[in-house]
Amino acid sequence: MTKTHTGWYTFHGVQLEIVECGQGRPILLLHGEDGIDLQAPFLNLLASFGQMFIPSHPGFGHSPEVDYIDTVDDLSYLYLDFLAAQNLQDVIIIGLSLGGWIAAEMAVKSTERIAKLILVAPVGIKVGDRETRDIPDIFALSANEVARLKYHDPTFAVVDYSKLSDDQLTALARNREATVLYAWEPYFHNPKLQRRLRRIDVPTLLLWGANDQFVTPRYYGAAYRDAIPGARLEMIDRAGHLPHIEQPVTVIEKIRMFIEERKT
Amino acid sequence: MQAWHFSENAYHLLPDAKEYDSIRVTLPNRYYDPKIGADLYHRYIDEWVIAEDLGLEIMVNEHHQTATNLNPAGPIIMGILARETKKARLLILGNPIANRREPVRVAEEMAMVDVYSRGRLEVGFVRGVPYEMSAGNHRPVHMMDRFWEAHDLILKAWTSHDGPFNWEGKYFHHRQVNIWPRPYQQPHPPVWITSVTPSSARQVAEKGYVVASFLTGFDGTKAVIDTYRGRRAELGLPEPALDRFAYAALVYTGETDEEGYAGARKLMWYVESNKVPPQFTNPPGYHPTAATVNMMRGASGAGAGIFKLFQNPSLESFMGHGLVFAGNPDSVYKQIVKMYKHVGGFGHILLMGQAGFLEHDETVKGMKLFAKEVYPRLKELGPVVVP
Repeated sequence: MTKTHTGWYTFHGVQLEIVECGQGRPILLLHGEDGIDLQAPFLNLLASFGQMFIPSHPGFGHSPEVDYIDTVDDLSYLYLDFLAAQNLQDVIIIGLSLGGWIAAEMAVKSTERIAKLILVAPVGIKVGDRETRDIPDIFALSANEVARLKYHDPTFAVVDYSKLSDDQLTALARNREATVLYAWEPYFHNPKLQRRLRRIDVPTLLLWGANDQFVTPRYYGAAYRDAIPGARLEMIDRAGHLPHIEQPVTVIEKIRMFIEERKT
Repeated sequence: MQAWHFSENAYHLLPDAKEYDSIRVTLPNRYYDPKIGADLYHRYIDEWVIAEDLGLEIMVNEHHQTATNLNPAGPIIMGILARETKKARLLILGNPIANRREPVRVAEEMAMVDVYSRGRLEVGFVRGVPYEMSAGNHRPVHMMDRFWEAHDLILKAWTSHDGPFNWEGKYFHHRQVNIWPRPYQQPHPPVWITSVTPSSARQVAEKGYVVASFLTGFDGTKAVIDTYRGRRAELGLPEPALDRFAYAALVYTGETDEEGYAGARKLMWYVESNKVPPQFTNPPGYHPTAATVNMMRGASGAGAGIFKLFQNPSLESFMGHGLVFAGNPDSVYKQIVKMYKHVGGFGHILLMGQAGFLEHDETVKGMKLFAKEVYPRLKELGPVVVP
């Protein structure tokens, strides 16, 4: 495991728990609904690419909630402020699911400090009409059903609570509560975002599990790709909504190639 | 003590529970026959009117997308009862104000019923059970903030009489609030708030409202009432009268114990039929984080022992824990007195005395026996020395 450092950043009254690892060009990794799993092989592999900043969004992990931050829009300003406060330049942003939504909301506001975007199965847009359920309502489904929708191999979803500490269980519970805070209504999207995505002017790679049934690549992923100028959509075989968990090596390889590509 | 007849207006003619996953939120309404439903509404309204004739007060509530309760708009039933009755107090317990999108509309509805009932309305505010979240698309986090903001707005709407005021809060916006009619009772109708845990009783105590506990049993009820009293004392506020406390239980009075138990077994339908999967009983953020962690650890319910009873309900265990009062009039009286003494007294008993399979005649018989044989003795109960 690469050496990681967990620190606290305080700015504008916000306390953020941020894991840092690696050296080199700055990479901001924005986690999804499930928070950060420091044991995930994906993180370890990623740390060879640069200096990673992995914050827990307010309400997730150990980061306290902030009373004036309760939308993904708020989170996008928070992380733009973070990049500015650290004076980071040419940042690569990797956003996973909910984190992909945050990254997209940042990039439509300003790409001044952003070099490239990698969005892994991002949520955040509304594709179909008002009666089309673009994204299954996980709050009205059983845990087994959600696992089936989110994973190619649902055994990845199995968690033995009895092996977790109170601290770990609390983080799990907080992650779910914070997901409700940011994504309950409108459900996992900002009705304005799809039209704003055209403003993104940095190279953008969309990675999608070929068997993602939470937000499907051919429908939802294609709409995302079409909305961002020049964006590329690449599929990961034998993966669902969390390809970085199910196929970390493939995902890392695609990210490496994308980072090394010259700007066109 | 005041006794209130309370019915959930259930629609009980359902297929075998094996055929559906949940009696709430997702049960298709093709199982509901509107012609039978119409008869049931009229029957339940008749029973409330009979309650008044028997000297009981009247209580209604509200739930959504569920066969257990066909009052998705409590104020409508209350509006009918305000006209159909003449003297009973009318309690709506209550308005789910964390979930209603327009608190000003709630203030208007309540003021309207208060006026044409000539001041007989008692207004309950409730948070709403977890199953209401998906049923109404209500975000389960930060609910109590929303609840109290709605409360503040409603109270201000009721008590402002000099033209519009402005409200630009965190959850609600309304720039010209000036309700017509204003309430009949001055400064406003009595307010009730439900509370099943001590933590939520603290704020109710600060306001001095009636706190009502539903099926919380001996220790749960005592914890709520003790917290209320303790909070008042802490703030140097006057000691609460017994009419600040209400307890809701399933109650059936028969001529004999056997008849009482038989009626109560039918009331248990509410508990036994409440088939609801975990995604609706524990939406993230509804229960405190620590309670969710306990549930992950395998503890049941919202962390309190009483909730275990609901997983495998039986009349015996419910009676043993003071959630059901049943038997002949003397038995029912004694059971209520036992609860009364245990918690230090309460001024209201909310009688869940009707459930679908309890036929009209049986329902009325239970109400009558309670009203004639039990209620007069309860009215004579005096203060209890608080332990």
